[in-house]
Amino acid sequence: MIKNISNLGDASLYCNFGDEINQRINTNVIKYFKSIQKKKIKGINNLTPSYNKLIISFDLSLINFEDLKKKIEDINISDEDEIKNQKIIKIPICCDDEFALDIDRLSLKLNLSKEDIFKKYLDIEYFCYMTGFVAGMPFLGDIDNKLRLERLETPRVKVPKGSVGITEQFANIYTFESPGGWNILGNTPLKIFDQKNEIRPTLINPGDKVLFYQISKKEYLKFNDKK
Amino acid sequence: MTKNKIIVLREGINSTFQDLGRNNFYHIGLPFSGAMDKRNYLIANKLVGNQHNEAVIEFAYQGPLLKIEEGNINFAISGDVKFNIKKDDKLFNGQCYKTYFLTKNDEIDIISTNKSVYGYFAVSGGFELNKNFGSFSTTVRANVGSNNGNKLSKNEKFLIKDIINKNISKNIQYINSKVEYIRILKGTNFDYFSDNSINDLTSKKFIVSKLSDRMGMRLQGSKIKNTKETNIRSEGLVKGVIQVPADGDPIIMLSDHGTIGGYPKIAVVISADYDKLIQTPPGNTVKFKLIELKEAENLYRLYQMETENLLNQI
Repeated sequence: MIKNISNLGDASLYCNFGDEINQRINTNVIKYFKSIQKKKIKGINNLTPSYNKLIISFDLSLINFEDLKKKIEDINISDEDEIKNQKIIKIPICCDDEFALDIDRLSLKLNLSKEDIFKKYLDIEYFCYMTGFVAGMPFLGDIDNKLRLERLETPRVKVPKGSVGITEQFANIYTFESPGGWNILGNTPLKIFDQKNEIRPTLINPGDKVLFYQISKKEYLKFNDKK
Repeated sequence: MTKNKIIVLREGINSTFQDLGRNNFYHIGLPFSGAMDKRNYLIANKLVGNQHNEAVIEFAYQGPLLKIEEGNINFAISGDVKFNIKKDDKLFNGQCYKTYFLTKNDEIDIISTNKSVYGYFAVSGGFELNKNFGSFSTTVRANVGSNNGNKLSKNEKFLIKDIINKNISKNIQYINSKVEYIRILKGTNFDYFSDNSINDLTSKKFIVSKLSDRMGMRLQGSKIKNTKETNIRSEGLVKGVIQVPADGDPIIMLSDHGTIGGYPKIAVVISADYDKLIQTPPGNTVKFKLIELKEAENLYRLYQMETENLLNQI
């Protein structure tokens, strides 16, 4: 399943699973990620799964590229192995104009009404390919064919925290206020990354299923009062 | 029994608590972070008699102005740093790589780093702080780490764990070596770039841009021409990766880097040269030399032996 392993610098393995992006390849990446995580191989100090690559970082004072490469090549993972504990996580989003920053752009460029866009986006199960860039940010897919649009020509300097965005075949959630160029169509009041929760800091993890549902502005404002 | 306590009278430009960094959180988007200059971090802690993973204050360019509010402290500063000490109302210049014993109302004014970027301030016993994800290291962008993931701010107070009665009088002779060139390995997208550009990267000087911080170092010089694809599918990044976006100006990923990125990777800085790289201040230049993996591994062993030798001398 790993097509080839090369070195990325002197302290990382770059495992290539292919060039396409699809759930089958990504599921293989995640299987390897979880399996290697469980094995606790001496020297490994980080794993970064992405769409179709897995980067394995190691402490060069404990192991080197050639030795670790052999260990990874010896791992057997069959195509049939299923990912266990696949959860469905429901994310409330408010799509009022003040949160849906790019809804007019989307509507114009995709030639769809606002209602059509939300209808195609909401209540559909998405798959989490990877988490990262900034802490906890999930990269989800695949969105409806008719919703696919490139990034903004000029990225925003500040995308508000909680913003839900789409670009190409993917959707994401901005877990922190940050610069970014995705097309924003709503905002969630839900905490996606919690630095105080060290056991489960991220709500959404690679391999999870995610579903967005719409809430009103009133519900949005009240959301964090309930608990 | 009153605790030893310091107060921050001036916070400095980028003062944070750091240790050796945190492992195993790349997959949720948290980088290693930790002290940028590992060797100087280790020396500072060893000088004050601490375990090697105790938190220290890392500062960049201008450091903090600190005052002892209660009790006594033993401290040492590492790096190439200009600082003053006010002891019993007398002002004098401090020396790096040497411990000092200060008492209530004394002050340490960390004025600037000389022709370098980062310096370290360590106290005997270490600071009383909470760990986050198993480390004291601060990642400001994710609000993660000790001090609630924040930089030091004015008027903040910090407690020091041990009871300190006298100077432990330690010092070491160490000169931060100047860099002739930074050694690199081929990146995973090395063949995306023109031969001329590869030649430029490994023979010409690049200027470190002002837009450099703990996340990344931006370089300016010859434009690096991509002949294949200016974007790749987003994938993991590691410390030291040199990415080249469409504008042709390389960016080197540093300790607080984003964990995923979509620019082609032309090269990666070797582990042994990382401490030297990050001490290059904006406006100065760096030169790169392409080497092979085996050589990089040997150079890392050498770097480690040198570090061990230095620590053993303390």
